Amino acid sequence: MELTSQASRPVIDVRNLTKDYRLGEIMVPALRGIDLQIFPGEMVAIMGPSGSGKSTLMNMIGCLDSPTSGEYYLDSLLVSDLKDDELAIVRNQKIGFVFQNYNLLPRIDALENVTLPIRYSDITANMRQRAEAALQSVGLGDRIHHKPNQLSGGQQQRVAIARALVNEPAILLADEPTGNLDSQSGKEVMDLLLNLNQQENTTIVLVTHDPKVAAQAKRIVQLFDGLIKTPEEAS
Amino acid sequence: MKIWQALKEAIASLSANRTRSFLTVLGIVIGVGAVIGVLSLGQGAEASIIGQIESIGTNVIYVFRGNTSEDVTNPNSLTTADADALANRTRAPHILNISPVLAGQSSVRFGDESTQTSIMGVVENYAEVTGIELSEGSFFTESNVTNRSSVVVLGPELAERLTGRQTELVGTTVHINNYPFRVVGVTKAKGGNQFSSPDMDAYIPITAMQLRVKRQSIPNAVDFLLIQAQDSQSIDDAMQEAKSILRSSHRLSSRQPDDFTMTNQQDVLSIANSITSILTIFLAGIAGISLLVGGIGIMNIMLVSVTERTREIGLRKALGARKFDIQLQFLTESAMLSVFGGLIGVGFGWLLGEIVGAIAANSGTPLVPQISLNSVLLATLFSLAVGIFFGWYPALRAANLEPVEALRYE
Ligand SMILES: Nc1ncnc2c1ncn2[C@@H]1O[C@H](COP(=O)(O)OP(=O)(O)OP(=O)(O)O)[C@@H](O)[C@H]1O
Ligand SMILES: [Mg+2]
Repeated sequence: MELTSQASRPVIDVRNLTKDYRLGEIMVPALRGIDLQIFPGEMVAIMGPSGSGKSTLMNMIGCLDSPTSGEYYLDSLLVSDLKDDELAIVRNQKIGFVFQNYNLLPRIDALENVTLPIRYSDITANMRQRAEAALQSVGLGDRIHHKPNQLSGGQQQRVAIARALVNEPAILLADEPTGNLDSQSGKEVMDLLLNLNQQENTTIVLVTHDPKVAAQAKRIVQLFDGLIKTPEEAS
Repeated sequence: MKIWQALKEAIASLSANRTRSFLTVLGIVIGVGAVIGVLSLGQGAEASIIGQIESIGTNVIYVFRGNTSEDVTNPNSLTTADADALANRTRAPHILNISPVLAGQSSVRFGDESTQTSIMGVVENYAEVTGIELSEGSFFTESNVTNRSSVVVLGPELAERLTGRQTELVGTTVHINNYPFRVVGVTKAKGGNQFSSPDMDAYIPITAMQLRVKRQSIPNAVDFLLIQAQDSQSIDDAMQEAKSILRSSHRLSSRQPDDFTMTNQQDVLSIANSITSILTIFLAGIAGISLLVGGIGIMNIMLVSVTERTREIGLRKALGARKFDIQLQFLTESAMLSVFGGLIGVGFGWLLGEIVGAIAANSGTPLVPQISLNSVLLATLFSLAVGIFFGWYPALRAANLEPVEALRYE
């Protein structure tokens, strides 16, 4: 394991994580004991059939949901110890989330959408400039005052990526970021993510159904029925 | 999130739903509007009533025959002799002037015009006691009173009705009870209400009144006495002195109760004040109910808004919004809604007051609506409180949404 050298401790360290959903009387096990370490600068693709628990796992990693059991260390911080407001700060500072359906606020323009995470942080200085720079870095410097419905799907997803990056988080989580896009704009978004990972060394975890997309990542994690298949099992 | 950002976002979100925002605050608008309108009219009416009462002079004491609180058989009439007794400076050092009044209804005629109005038989210092001022001529004199002169001072409205004018009347003749009276003066308009209008009165010497208009079985009896104290501080002393003089001139033993009643302007004022404060409490009740209804409307629409924006709330939480941030956002919206409604309501109420005031002025009752800064501030603060109170629960519901579930909401 050459990646576990002195300097790099895992930024994401998930140990024996389980998640059960309750549907009336029955318990639905979505995750059944996940162990996963992801190191700074890695780009990891999570694959698996529908319903295998990919989104559930992403939500745990993104601190949007809490596990039924197990431990999750984010940047050496035990997440299950954190209170609601501390979780909010973690989501704001350490995590950038990109959703399949972009999730931009329709009322406000691209620039204001990108400033949202800054508004919820303590450092609000140069808010405009920082948001503009983020939009520039995703190639939308000329679209800052477009409302979401005035942008193409690919452009909207790039605004969402700018928004995820604007607070310079430790990890970028993307749940099927190209799921709603045609192949051309899907490729553009993937190029953007690859570039971020290679040039800026941003840690990226992405969920995808597309093997070609997954192949661009350094590591592929296969989920099956709430469990990670080892590479041997996978092959 | 900082408060000014919350305000900016609230404005953006409320103006995105303009029609709905407006309809939502209509309850508050109508409630605050009604209260401000009625309050402005009430304060206007209060000011005009108090103005009228005060225009007579706050240091005036009224003395009536009889006793309203104790049973007195055969009370003595008040007479001009009583008035003379009260004029004793050594026994009553705090009394400045006395004016006996003998009032009655009679016909007044000028040429072909004739009308029925109240005739006030008074003495020369009545004008000073009641603060009447003349627009032309002068009030009649002491010798007019002793000589039973047939002279008259007309109220301006009466003059207008009889002669069609209010000036150049001194020296003309009017007939009162078919006796000719020479006009010596016209009073300045004082305004009035539906109960009494001094502008329609005619003033003649009390002696002429006894002789020509209202013959009395007790020849020198009068209807009431007006006593003017030296100043408003000496009212109590003046009343005390008047009481003992009247008791001795009516030959009352110490066991007998007064056979006369005294009141002063301050008593009347305090009654007027207590009536208006009852009115104010009543209005406050209406205000409370309408603001309650308006507040429930706001709460309802805020709950709808929280449900509609569940995904937005989920997203904001995913981006790092704390509970407090979400709560602040929705509270700002509801508070802004209701303060906005309150402000429109103030404008609406102002308009209402002006319209009613204009209608009243047209029908001859001068009523100037008054909006005090206090009532505007109170209305605004109250709306703010309503917005925060009724917005609290929806905002709390928004703040407590779980991020994943909110994001998954369809
Ligand atoms: N809120 C919920 N309540 C009940 N069961 C749930 C809930 N969310 C997810 N599940 C269940 O958990 C399992 C994993 O769901 P998840 O959304 O993580 O799958 P996924 O791998 O992301 O699928 P897809 O590729 O279709 O997005 C599924 O069986 C699903 O039915
Ligand atoms: Mg999924």
